[in-house]
Order: sequence, then structure tokens, then C-alpha cells
Amino acid sequence: MQQKISSFIGRRRNWSIPYVLFLGFFVVVPMLLIAYYAFTNDEGNFTLANIRKFWVHPEAMNTFIYSVVVALITTVLCILIGYPAAYILSKMEARKARLLVILFILPMWVNFLIRTLATVALFDFLKLPLGEGALIFGMVYNFLPFMIYPIYNILQKTDQNLIEAAQDLGANPRQVFLKTVLPLSVPGIMSGVIMVFMPVISTFAIAELLTINNIKLFGTTLQENIYNGTWNYGAALSLLMLLMIGLTALLNRDGNSKAAEEGGLI
Amino acid sequence: MIRRLLSSSYLGILLLMLYAPILIIIVFSFTEAKVLGNWTGFSFKLYTSIFRGGVHHSLTGALWNTLIIGLVAAFGSTILGTMAAIGIHNLQPRAQKAVKMVNTIPILNPDIITAISLFLLFISLGISQGYATVILAHITFCTPYVVLSVLPRLRRMNTNLYEAALDLGATPFLAVRKILLPELRPGMISGFILAFTLSIDDFVVTLFTIGNEGLETLSTYIYADARRGGLTPELRPLSAIIFVVVLILLLIINQRAAKRKL
Amino acid sequence: MQQMTDIITVEKLSHSFGDKTVLQDINLSIAKGEFVTILGPSGCGKTTLMRLIGGFLKASEGRINIAGKEMTQAPPHLRPVNTVFQRYALFPHLNVFENIAFGLRLKKLPKEEIKKRVKQVLKIVTMMDYEERDVDSLSGGQQQRVAIARAIVNEPEVLLLDEPLAALDLKMRKDMQMEIKAMHKKLGISFLYVTHDQEEALTLSDRIVVMSEGKIQQIGTPTEIYNEPANSFVADFIGESNILNGAMIEDELVEFAGHRFECVDKGFALNEPVDVVVRPEDIYIFDLSDAAQFSGVVTSSIFKGVHYEMVINTPEGFEFLVQDYHCFDVGKTVGLRIKPFDIHVMKKERLCNSFKGVVVDKQQVKFLDTLFKCNEAGLYAAGTEVNVSVAFEDVTLFDNEEEGTLRGVVKFILYKGNHYHLRVLAEGTDQIFVDTNDIWDDGDRIGISIAPESIHLEPA
Repeated sequence: MQQKISSFIGRRRNWSIPYVLFLGFFVVVPMLLIAYYAFTNDEGNFTLANIRKFWVHPEAMNTFIYSVVVALITTVLCILIGYPAAYILSKMEARKARLLVILFILPMWVNFLIRTLATVALFDFLKLPLGEGALIFGMVYNFLPFMIYPIYNILQKTDQNLIEAAQDLGANPRQVFLKTVLPLSVPGIMSGVIMVFMPVISTFAIAELLTINNIKLFGTTLQENIYNGTWNYGAALSLLMLLMIGLTALLNRDGNSKAAEEGGLI
Repeated sequence: MIRRLLSSSYLGILLLMLYAPILIIIVFSFTEAKVLGNWTGFSFKLYTSIFRGGVHHSLTGALWNTLIIGLVAAFGSTILGTMAAIGIHNLQPRAQKAVKMVNTIPILNPDIITAISLFLLFISLGISQGYATVILAHITFCTPYVVLSVLPRLRRMNTNLYEAALDLGATPFLAVRKILLPELRPGMISGFILAFTLSIDDFVVTLFTIGNEGLETLSTYIYADARRGGLTPELRPLSAIIFVVVLILLLIINQRAAKRKL
Repeated sequence: MQQMTDIITVEKLSHSFGDKTVLQDINLSIAKGEFVTILGPSGCGKTTLMRLIGGFLKASEGRINIAGKEMTQAPPHLRPVNTVFQRYALFPHLNVFENIAFGLRLKKLPKEEIKKRVKQVLKIVTMMDYEERDVDSLSGGQQQRVAIARAIVNEPEVLLLDEPLAALDLKMRKDMQMEIKAMHKKLGISFLYVTHDQEEALTLSDRIVVMSEGKIQQIGTPTEIYNEPANSFVADFIGESNILNGAMIEDELVEFAGHRFECVDKGFALNEPVDVVVRPEDIYIFDLSDAAQFSGVVTSSIFKGVHYEMVINTPEGFEFLVQDYHCFDVGKTVGLRIKPFDIHVMKKERLCNSFKGVVVDKQQVKFLDTLFKCNEAGLYAAGTEVNVSVAFEDVTLFDNEEEGTLRGVVKFILYKGNHYHLRVLAEGTDQIFVDTNDIWDDGDRIGISIAPESIHLEPA
């Protein structure tokens, strides 16, 4: 018996079992619960009322569309502002670049509420009005480092040989960038997009604080529903978000774990 | 020449904008004014009051909670995640792919979805929310990152090292302890640091799993505070301290990484 | 020797990285349609030379002319040369067709023209059906061919190939060598090829440039390099050789390994010390008889597939490497004979170590930035500048760096039949040559000492 136990532990692949169980209980089951709650009503009976409510109710739908627009604007702004920054950093000499990269990444590590409140403080200090402009500013401010870092990472890793090959084949510096460096950096851009787009839709704190609760994003809607006890509707809305995520995940199959690695790690 | 000037100024302006809010907070942490923007003279009062004043017991309480939860969650996820990574690395390709996919779910999910899903779980099971639920929730969203920190090191490691240990007479357990884990240590350390950071920084998941018993972490405290109307002045020096600590940490990590590369 | 048909000329080219000189005074010219190989061990500077010609490095000193125009400082995209990189450098985000068409698209050629040229070049490299394929689905050899196609489709004046076959396995390498040679014949453009594989160089080239330590050692056709190496480095690097110390007794008579042999060289001083090179395949080996010029005992015999490689020890204490189709067993006494034509005599580059030094006091002289005890120091006034000479065999080496008077690193080992002739790099950039019977390895860190009675001085 002892032998059996120790050889069971000996098989390294069995070490994954605790985690698999953990994942099952804390990840898979909760997600299934979302689906369950989405399709049931207060008494626990199966219903499509929650889903219908979303389609029929203009409020949630409008918030959703508005959030997507805000997310798109933020993402595009982050790319437009962040790519040049990442590019400049990647061309700098390693030692200088490293210090600057730290400065750009640093905000990511400061508590996100503190960062948001700092933005509020800035606006207060400059006597600027809070509202839509502040919202966009706050979003870009918050998420810009998340776009710069993966793009910087991938630009840095560009094979020098490929750049030389392009030069050898007749490309001037501008052409080298447009035809070789830029296309090869797209996975980095995708990483950044993944880390910006969905989070923008689903945060509520930033919207709440930077617009004194005037503007609601989809994340706010979700949060409100849970707080008010209308879990079923909240679950239905969550299901909608999950569908969106699922779609983007399918469209970007290989990029996903790479994105997580590039984006999350030091 | 011009290009370099343009590049430097672009970066400079960007950095200025990124740091303007933080700098304002730091500058105004050295004054007593209740409202941000008024300068009532240089003073350390706010700094000292964090660590003393009875009114702000809840702030220090929240800070403690945040740190404890962070450490426990980080340790938990590192242990769970490292074991998991070792196991996953040795799975059959199809099983490996499936587990990796599920592992990515907490990473891809926006935190509010994770929060809601765990909320529903605890509610359905009738588990009362508090320390335990928060820690479990944190471990849930941290461990995948640990797994992704450790797996690459497993992939890059020479597969023969473990077998060589067995060949020389080590039991599997000993082989893991003395050969495998030291190889994985860098990945475990970055996983730990990452988990700790994610936990400390977390807001939404904590909010949904913390219950109504008055338990607070830094994030929930600040949020409640902000909703009540404006920044508690003491949050300014706190933010300044956090900022400086993070800066120093990053510089240290960077120095170590630089030395290793040399 | 510049000709009108030279497509590339390199004049007095030197290059340093920081204070490390990587290339020194390189002069060479490549004619139109020629296949020239730059051959040398790693670190000899051949890749640097190629990168300078390709434009990826700007030379510290010297001139490079390509197709009649000065191009020393020109960037790569303005030079009429194309490079085949060692690790292919195929663009991963483009398929085979687009990779090859890259350069043509930059030139803004019409679509039809591009299509035609790409198809044409795919035919030359026999990869016709691979247009749509992703480059990471190709094998190493296939990637190499696409890389070559991508370069030649631009119809450059010169094709630069940087160790293109280094990453392939043996069989693939041999096949590709033949294909490259065929391609060269077909295209008629100049090929500049870089490799460390001397067999490859001998197979492919019209001319070979042998390099070592940043300098050109010899330029010549494969047969010239093989049969008439200019110095011991080239003799040792190309093919297998027996290299020994000898002396020219008189014209056409050389003495080495304790015997005298007829040879075909003349023009040396009477009894001048020389280096003698004999290729293993040029030594006749047979059962001991009167036809033998000298004899020896077989100490090792290894079957190499085509021939046997045998080591013979002579009673005079010399070791010879001999190759023959017949096998002679270990322990057998055999007779050996060398035809006069097969004995190659080279002038020695140096007869002993010489340094510039200064007498410090009655017992010490300073050279190589180190103080040495020297018996002859007493003969000169302190401060006198002297020429120091030390015989090769008077330099003592120690395993432990600290045991010697100064430290050094073994850089080059030449077996000379009955001893080893080493080139050692002393601290800094000074070279010391040592004769020893001990076996050392390239890269060994050693301590160096010279006995006081072995240091000979002469006024400078």
C-alpha cells in the first residue's frame, strides 16, 4: 500500500491533480453558476426572461454600446501614444532604456484606486471639470503602461538578422520599419489590446470616481445588479461579457497564453 | 540629432503626464490642508498621523489585512501553482492543452466576472464571506500567473536532470526537492512577487467576496472613502510611501536582473 | 593587382571593436564571376570582413570599392550585393513567395515581372511548388534554398554567403555544396563565401583567402593552398600535414627527422633552418625493404572508410601521420619513402623569440612588461635598450598560472613530429613561442618562466 502511494506521488503528472480539482471547483463551477443564474429566476425555475430583459431594456444595451465605444477609443489612443514610446525605448541603449522602462511600468504597480484618485486630484488641482473627458483621460492614463510594456518587449526581441536582411534587400530605414519591424510587432500590439479593451469595459471604479457617478459603464451596471440583489439579471449580463471574451479568445488562439506571459510577468 | 531631440521630448512629455497626478499627491502629502490643492505650509503631520491617530485605526487595519491576505495568497498560489506546473508539464499533450486552457480563464476574464462568479459560488454554498473567502478568491486569480511563470522554466530545463538524479539513487521526492525546485526557483520567485502584487492591488474581486462584517483591505477602504466624498488627507502620505516602496523594489529587481545578465 | 574586371576591391581595410583589433590591413580583390572563399577558424575575422563588405559595419580604416564605386560608408540597401545569412533570416510573417519578392517589391517592379522572376528563381533552387508555404514549415535545407533564392532574385553583382551550410547535417551539406557550385556556374555572378570548413572551401572555390587572427595568411587557388602552403598555419589548417623542423643542407637537399631527402626547393642559404611539410597521403608505406628512405614502427592504425590512417614512430623519435589504402598492423616495422616533389619547404617565420627590452640593473632586464632575472644583464649599464632573444625550448610553462614570472594563454598548438610548437599570448598582446613535449590545450591558462641563463641580450 505504501508502495502504491509513493509511486502515485512519484508520477509527476499526478501533481497536477490538486490544481485540477481546485480549478474545477473555483473556476469551472462558478462559471457554470453564472450560466445557471442567468437562465433561472428568483424561484429557481428555468427562464429566458433575463436575457430578454437585456434586449428589451434600452438602458443596459446603451450602456454596453457606450462602454464598447469608450473601450475602442481608449485602446486606439493607447496604441497611438504607446507604440511610439515603446519604439523609442526599444532603440535606446540597454542601460538607459531599462531605467526609463521602469519609470513607465511603475504606475502599473501602484494601487489602481490610488492612481485613479490621483487623476481626480490632478483634475481638481487644475480646476478642470470631471466628466467624459476626464473619463477618457483616466482610462488612457491607467492603461497606457499595459500597452507600452508588451509592445516594448516584442520590439526588443526582434531578430536583428531580419532587420539586416531587409536592409540587404534594399529597404531604407523607413521601409525596414513598415515592412519588417511593424508587422513582426503585431503580437505585442495584440497583447496590449487584450489587456486594455476588455478591462475598460468592465471597470466601474474609474468611471464612478472620474465622473462623480454621472457616466455609467457596463461594469457599473454589472456591479449594481449584484449589489441590488438582482443576481439573475447580473448573471445574464455577465454571460454576455463572457461571450464577448470567448469570441476574442477564439479569434486570437495562440496569442492568449503568450499575451498573459508577456503582459503579466516582470 | 533632431530625431533624438524629438524622441527624448516625446518620452519626457509622456512621463510628465504619467507622473503629474502622483507628484501632486506626493507634494501635497507634506502639508496639512484637508483639501487637495491648498498649501498650508510644510508639515509631516499627515505622515505621523497615519501611524498614530485613533481615528485612522481602520486605515492601518485595512493595511494589515491587505498585507496578510497578500502574503498568504502569494504563498498559497506559489505552492499550488508550482506543483501544478510540474504536474502539467508531465501530462499527455491533450490533457495538457485542456488544463492550460482552463488555467488561462482567470487570466482572460475581467476581474468583475471572476468576482461575480466567486460571489455566486459562496452564496450558493452558504459560505459566509470574510478572510477565508477573500484569500481563496485571491489564490484563484493568482495561481494561473504562477503556473505561467514556472512552466517556461520547466520547458527550458534539461529533461535529463531529474532522471540523472533518479539514476544516481534519489527517490522521486528527493529528486524534486534537490534538483527540480532549485531550477525552478527563479520562476517561483517571480510568480510569488507577481501573485503578491496582484493580491495587494486587487479591488473588485475583494469587494465581492469580503462580506459585510467590516473587513477591509486597502482598496476597499479607499473606495469607501472616495465614495464618501474626497480623499482622506492621510491617504496622500500613504500613496507617497507606497509609490516610493514600489520604486525601490523595482530598482532592486532591475539591478539583480542586470547583474545576472552581465 | 587590380584588374578592370574586379568587382570588389578591398584596400588596407582594418577594423576594431573598441580597443580590440579584429581585422588588420586586409587587401584583396574579387573578379567578376569568381567564387572566392574566406576560410579561417572562428575568431579570425572572416565574418567581420563579410559584414564590412555587406555594409552592416562601417570600417575603421581602409576602402571598399564595389562595382567601381567607393562604398566604404554606404548603407546596405545602397550596395549592389545581397547576403545569404547564416541562420537564413527568412521573414516569419511572409510566405515563401513574399520573402523572395521582398527586394523586388521595394524596387517597385511591375507585378508580372515580379511573378516571373520569383518563379524563375524558385526553379533554380528547385523549390517550385513551395510558393504559398509558411517559412516555419520548411526544413533547414529548404529554408536555406529560399534564402539563396531571395538573394539572387535581385540580381546582385556579388552574392555574399555567410557560412550558409553551418546549420545543416553532413549529407545535406554535401548536397547543398554541389547545388551552390552549380548555381554559381549557371548565374555567372561573383560569390563571396565564408566558412571554417576547409574541405568546403577546397571543393567550391576558384580562390581561397586563408585568414587567422585578423590577417590574411595566404590567397591562392585550392591546389596552391593545399600543395604550397605559405606558412605553418596554412599548412596545419588545410588538410592533414606532417610539419617538422628541418634544414636545407643545400639546394634540393633537405634534412629532417634525422635523414636527408631530395626535394625540389632551392634558393635557401646553406643549412638554413626551415619548416618542412609532407602530406600523409604523400608518404609511401610498405613492408621494410631497401627501397625505404627511413623506417619506423606502426603505433596506431585506424580505418577511415576510404583509407587507413596510421601513426609511425621512427627510431630517431619522430612521429609521422601516414595515409594509405593498405593496412599495416600495429607493431609492424615498415619502410617509408617520400618523393622529392611531395616535400614542401617553407621559410621559417622566426628562429627564436625576440623582444625589445631595457636593462634594469645588474641582474634584471625588463621585457614583456615584466622583470626577468638575467645573467647577461650585468654586461650592460642600467637603462640600456636591448634586443632580447630566447630560444623556443628555453621557455618553461606551468599549469598553475601563479607559478610563472608572468601569465599567458595557449593560443595555437602545432605538432612538429617530435615536439609541440606553441604560440602563447602573454598578458597583453605579446606573443611567445614555446617548444615543449608536454601536451597542452588551446585556451589553457599557464604560467611562463625563463631561466636567467637562457635570456640573451644584444644592444638595440
